[in-house]
Amino acid sequence: MTTSRGTKVALSIFAVIAFAFVYVPLAVVLISSFNAGDTLAWPPAGFSTQWWAKAIDNEGVRNAIVTSVVLGLVATAVALIFGTLAALALSRFNFFGKDAVSLLIILPIALPGIVTGIALNNVFTSYLGGLTFMTLVVGHSTFCIVVIYNNAIARLRRMGGNMEEASADLGARGFTTFRLVTFPLMRSAILAGAVLAFGLSFDEIIVTTFTAGPGITTLPIWIYQNLFRPNQAPIVNVVAAALVIVSIIPIYVVQKFSSADERGGGVI
Amino acid sequence: MSTAIRLTGLRKTFGDVVAVDSVDLEVADGEFLTLLGPSGSGKTTVLRMVAGFEQPTAGAIELAGVDVTGTPPYNRDVNTVFQDYALFPHMNVLDNVEYGLRVKKVPKAERRSRAQEALDAVRLGDYGERKPSQLSGGQRQRVALARALVNKPRVLLLDEPLGALDLKLREQMQVELKELQREVGITFVFVTHDQEEALTMSDRIAVFDAGRIAQIGTPTEIYEHPKTAFVAGFVGVSNLLEAGAAATILGREGTWSVRPEKIRVMLGEASAEGNERAAAGTIHEVVYVGMATRFFVDLDAGGTLIAVQQNSHATSADVNAMRGQRVTLLWNTENEIHVGS
Repeated sequence: MTTSRGTKVALSIFAVIAFAFVYVPLAVVLISSFNAGDTLAWPPAGFSTQWWAKAIDNEGVRNAIVTSVVLGLVATAVALIFGTLAALALSRFNFFGKDAVSLLIILPIALPGIVTGIALNNVFTSYLGGLTFMTLVVGHSTFCIVVIYNNAIARLRRMGGNMEEASADLGARGFTTFRLVTFPLMRSAILAGAVLAFGLSFDEIIVTTFTAGPGITTLPIWIYQNLFRPNQAPIVNVVAAALVIVSIIPIYVVQKFSSADERGGGVI
Repeated sequence: MSTAIRLTGLRKTFGDVVAVDSVDLEVADGEFLTLLGPSGSGKTTVLRMVAGFEQPTAGAIELAGVDVTGTPPYNRDVNTVFQDYALFPHMNVLDNVEYGLRVKKVPKAERRSRAQEALDAVRLGDYGERKPSQLSGGQRQRVALARALVNKPRVLLLDEPLGALDLKLREQMQVELKELQREVGITFVFVTHDQEEALTMSDRIAVFDAGRIAQIGTPTEIYEHPKTAFVAGFVGVSNLLEAGAAATILGREGTWSVRPEKIRVMLGEASAEGNERAAAGTIHEVVYVGMATRFFVDLDAGGTLIAVQQNSHATSADVNAMRGQRVTLLWNTENEIHVGS
C-alpha cells in the first residue's frame, strides 16, 4: 500500500499520542514509586527505595498478594479443566442444544460483573451457607472458563478432525491420541488462555466484592481500600509499579509461544 | 486369490441425504482398485467407512474375511493417506512415520530403522529431522505415504492423494505410486475424480454415480464398453447419439456413444464402406491441442459429436480453416457402444 507523506506523518502522530495516553501514566506510577518524598507530588523530590522497603514490610500487602495469587491459580486450574473439556466436547460431538450450550458457556464474560456478583451472592448467602474462599473461586471461575474455552475451541476448529482420525488410523486409541496429538497441538492455546484467565482473576474487583468471604482481601481490593488514605498512597504506588513489571512476563511468554507455533508449524 | 475387502449392501445416509446406496464390492489381495466419480458421488464416504471413520447405516464390511463393520479404526488392519496428508505438525518427519509403530509399542530401535527404511523408500531419507511445514507438497505427500506403509497394512486407502499437486508432479507420482504398489504388494484402494488418473493406475475401476456403483471393470472395459451414458460421459468425452440421431444414423434404438478417437473426419461427401458408418454434418468449432485437434461437428440428424484427429501433417492454421465446412464422419460399427435405452 502506498500512503502520502502527509498521511504518514499524521498517522505517526496519532500513534504516538495513543501510546502516550496508555504508557505515560504507567511510567509516572513507576517513577513515583521511587519518590523520596512523602506525597505523590510531581516532580518527585528525589530517588529513594524507602517505599519499596515499606511495601515489602507491610503485612496487609503481603497477605493480599498471596490471596490473589492463590485465588488466580485455583480459579485458573478449575477453568483449565472445565474450559478444555467443554471445548473438546463441543468441537467433537453434535447434539441437540449444542449452540445453546456454547452460548451459555460464553455468556458470563458478557454479563456485567455486578449482575454475576449479585446473583452468586444471593445463592451463596441464602442457600449455600455463606461466603468463603471457595465461593470466591467459583465466582472467578465463571469468567476464567470462558477465555480458556474460547482459546481451546478456536484451536480445535483450526485443527479439524483430521489429525485425530489420522492418529486413530495409525492404531492409537482415544487417550493415546489425546496425549500424543490433540493435547500437544492445543497446549499453546490453552496456556495463552490460562495466562489471560489468571490476569483477569488477578485484577477482578466487582465479582470479588460480592463473593469473597469475610476477612478475605485480594490485592485489587486492598489497593482500592488504601488508595485514599494519604499515608498509604506511596505504598499503593509501589504495588501498582510492581504489578506493571510482573504482568509483562506472562504476556511475553504467551507471545513467544504463539510465534514459536507459527514458525514450527503449530497447526498447518 | 483371496479377498482383501468385501462390501455387501453398504448404505450410508446423512440425515435425509443418501450418500452411499447398495454398494457391493470385492477387492482382491494385491489389487489396485480405484473408486472414480464426481464429488458427492459417495466414493470418499465408502473409503471412510472402510477405514472406520464412518459407521454404515446398513450393510457389512469384511477385511480378509473378518467382519469389521463395528470395529474402531485403531483395530483395523488398514491405513489411510489423507487428501490433506494430515501430518502431525508438532512432530518431525521421522516421528510422524514412527507414530504407528510407537503406539503399537514396537521397540524404539526397531521402529527407528523401519521408519528410516520407509523414508528411504520414498526418497526422503535425509529429511527425518524436518518439520512437515518445511516440506513441499510433494514431499509431504510422500511422508504421508511412508507413514502409512511403514505399518505394512493389509490395505492402503488413498483419498485423492494427488489432488493438491501440480500437473507435472501428479503425473510423476502416478507412476511412482503404481511402482510402489507393485513392489510392496499391498492392496490399494484409491479415490479420485480424475478419470485419466484412474485409467493410468488401476487394475480395476469402480465408477460411482449418485452413491451407487454404475460400473466396475478393468480400465479397458470401462473405457471401451461403458454400460451407461454416465460412465461413457465421465470416463472420456461425452459423445452421445441420443434416440433421434441414433435411429436416423444407426437405425438402432436407444442411446449410443462413439469414442472421439475412433471417428475419422472427411471433408465433403463420403460414403461408408464395409462395416463403416457415415454421418454428415458441419464443423462448428475446432480446438487445436498440439498433438491432436478436436472437431465439434453438428450432425444433420441432430446432436453434436466430437472427433479427435492426430495432427500428423496439419498445422493449427490448416485445422482452423476447417471451421464451418461440411464434413462426413466415419467410424467402424464395432465402436458403437450402447449406453442406455
